[in-house]
Amino acid sequence: MFTSRHRVLIAGVVLSLGLAACGGSNLAATGTAKGSIKIWYSNNAEEVKWGDAVVAAWNQSHASEQVTAEQIPAGKSSEEVIGAAITAGTTPCLIFNTAPAAVSQFQKQGGLVNLSSFSDGNSFIEGRTGDRAAQYKSPDGAYYQMPWKGNPVMIFYNKDIFTKAGLDPANPALKTYDEFLSTAQTLVSKGGVKAAIWPAPSSEFYQPWFDFYPLFIAQSKGKQLVEKGVPQFNNADGLAVANFWKEMYTKNLAPKEAAQGDPFATGQSAMAIVGPWAIAVYGGKVKWGVAPVPTKDGMDASAIHTFSDEKSIGMYSSCKNQGTAWDFLKFAVSKDSDGKLLDLTGQMPMRSDLPSTYSSYFSAHPEYKLFADQAARSVEVPNVPNSVEMWQDFRSAYSKSVIFGSQSIDEAFKGAADQIKTLVKS
Amino acid sequence: MATAAPARASRSRLRRLLGEQPIGYLFAAPFVLFLVGIYAYPFFYAIYMSFFDYFFSAPGAEVVRPFVGLANYARVLQDPLFHLAIRNVVIFLVINVPLTVAISMVLATALNAAIPLRTFFRAAYYIPYITASVAAVGIWLWLFSGFGLVDKILGPLAPNPSFLINGLWAMPIIALYVTWKGLGFYVLLYLAALQTIPKELYEASKVDGASPVASFFAVTVPGLRPATLLVVITAVITGANFFTEPYLLTGGGGPDNQSVSPVFLIYRFGIEQNHPGYAAAIGLLLAIGVLIISGINRFILERD
Repeated sequence: MFTSRHRVLIAGVVLSLGLAACGGSNLAATGTAKGSIKIWYSNNAEEVKWGDAVVAAWNQSHASEQVTAEQIPAGKSSEEVIGAAITAGTTPCLIFNTAPAAVSQFQKQGGLVNLSSFSDGNSFIEGRTGDRAAQYKSPDGAYYQMPWKGNPVMIFYNKDIFTKAGLDPANPALKTYDEFLSTAQTLVSKGGVKAAIWPAPSSEFYQPWFDFYPLFIAQSKGKQLVEKGVPQFNNADGLAVANFWKEMYTKNLAPKEAAQGDPFATGQSAMAIVGPWAIAVYGGKVKWGVAPVPTKDGMDASAIHTFSDEKSIGMYSSCKNQGTAWDFLKFAVSKDSDGKLLDLTGQMPMRSDLPSTYSSYFSAHPEYKLFADQAARSVEVPNVPNSVEMWQDFRSAYSKSVIFGSQSIDEAFKGAADQIKTLVKS
Repeated sequence: MATAAPARASRSRLRRLLGEQPIGYLFAAPFVLFLVGIYAYPFFYAIYMSFFDYFFSAPGAEVVRPFVGLANYARVLQDPLFHLAIRNVVIFLVINVPLTVAISMVLATALNAAIPLRTFFRAAYYIPYITASVAAVGIWLWLFSGFGLVDKILGPLAPNPSFLINGLWAMPIIALYVTWKGLGFYVLLYLAALQTIPKELYEASKVDGASPVASFFAVTVPGLRPATLLVVITAVITGANFFTEPYLLTGGGGPDNQSVSPVFLIYRFGIEQNHPGYAAAIGLLLAIGVLIISGINRFILERD
């Protein structure tokens, strides 16, 4: 039987639920308001240096539109931190390092500002990035992200281990799957390494970007995982890539369990699949070389496409002074700022004319030339609804069939393709 | 005089509503607020979310979150991944709970006796419990990975694939890890409970000619029954909520989801994929399951 005290308690609970369901303040509309803004940038040392320099340069000439920069708060991934900040309404105006795979989710949350709604939004993005900008459009045809910088993925290899294994470090045989497998076998048997290559075999949704996806993009001559709502991986190209990796795992050339520490830096593996950021990280520790990702029958380097590992800039809907945010965003991706980014981090600004715009940089740093060349043929993750769920489903099918071999690849890929077809339409 | 009666009536109603000692509410208020804010509110909100196609959105964003009734629950109950997670919880509990009870009871009894270096051993068993999970997992990875110490010692007897990527071994290893890590806490509970067993009972059993082992089963085990109930219920609740281990030790519930847990799925669906309605349904089903198991344990262990 309910007493008065019970009724007071129940009323309190119901009231609090009701208040929670009502939500909070209104969203700011895309606008031209000017004033001070806050931004978040990545927390790696090189990008912090770049961010500080760009913000200082802006603040010097914009006394009434000051920018405050902070490193993105720590979390398991920046996507989770941003997702939580959107829900709490605490996102800054701009976040440098917005992952394209998370854009559809952030958009659904009402967290992102439509950049196409700025009068020069589309023209600015497309003028800077060229044809590749189309990959960053959302299904509604608008841009909710500014493509910022890419890390076109290639095969990094340790020259000393190649030499130890009796392989030619200047011209490694890594073009075709057969060559790659044979080289990998030699490295493990004679190079004194635990693994030829050690992509993370764990189940996180983003892991395919560093094993299956770059090779699939190369093999399919630039296809995304899903195009126009249709999965592209359940065909001869996708199966060839999957079978290649399966052989790597079956022959213990790539371990099935996660490495402790960085296996390439610690000499546990002879190769790694990485972008140009690796030069700054491994440069002083490893005598390295770089080669394009392999394809089934081999391809000329100039024809190979790869995964972009791109990060975008997002403008977030909690931003009040969106006019300033848009102006600062354009300033941060201007020719000068992009040049500074390239110089300080080695990462490739998403510009269509990269090698010619910064020709002096590439003359002084020839080791980055190959990456710059690849950047022009880099391919993004598809911008589709339920993107994270789609990648998770793909990863589960891949783990089951390719890494652990508990299901046939044909069956697993067919199942994943059917699931993904439904997911990206909802 | 005419106004005194209504005032008395009003005070009397207030007293009926607030009780004889209304100041008690003031003292209880901080904890009640904590309980409501940290437990009750999220719990009831989770129930609310589980009936909607819910997702987290920006404050004030115009979003549609349709009411779906029991659809989330129906989907969860048909999800093979959820079945796998429940199977894993069962494997986990079957290994972890009896081991926890048996080892911590025996260790507590040993540590309660006058043995040399007793304080050192008491502290030693407690250290894993207060060690950060990331560090402890690092040690177990070093022990049980394919290139690890245990595989090296076992040589040709080591399982293939090795422990942490072996569908048969991944869950038992997780259960063993959690048993080892939590042992210090449960030993402490039993040590406290051992102080409540009257010494006369041991003396009587000795007079009756009971060996130390017989005295352990005849005096200690029954004397620790209330503590055992607490240990079992606590171990079941914490065990059913295991997350860190599949997250860190087996690379995200691997191999091939063979060590995935319900809480890991809640994290994956609720946080990574922004389907908190579905995740809430998993959470509530798990809570109901844990309540049922705890009820059964209580029934079995409390009866005379």
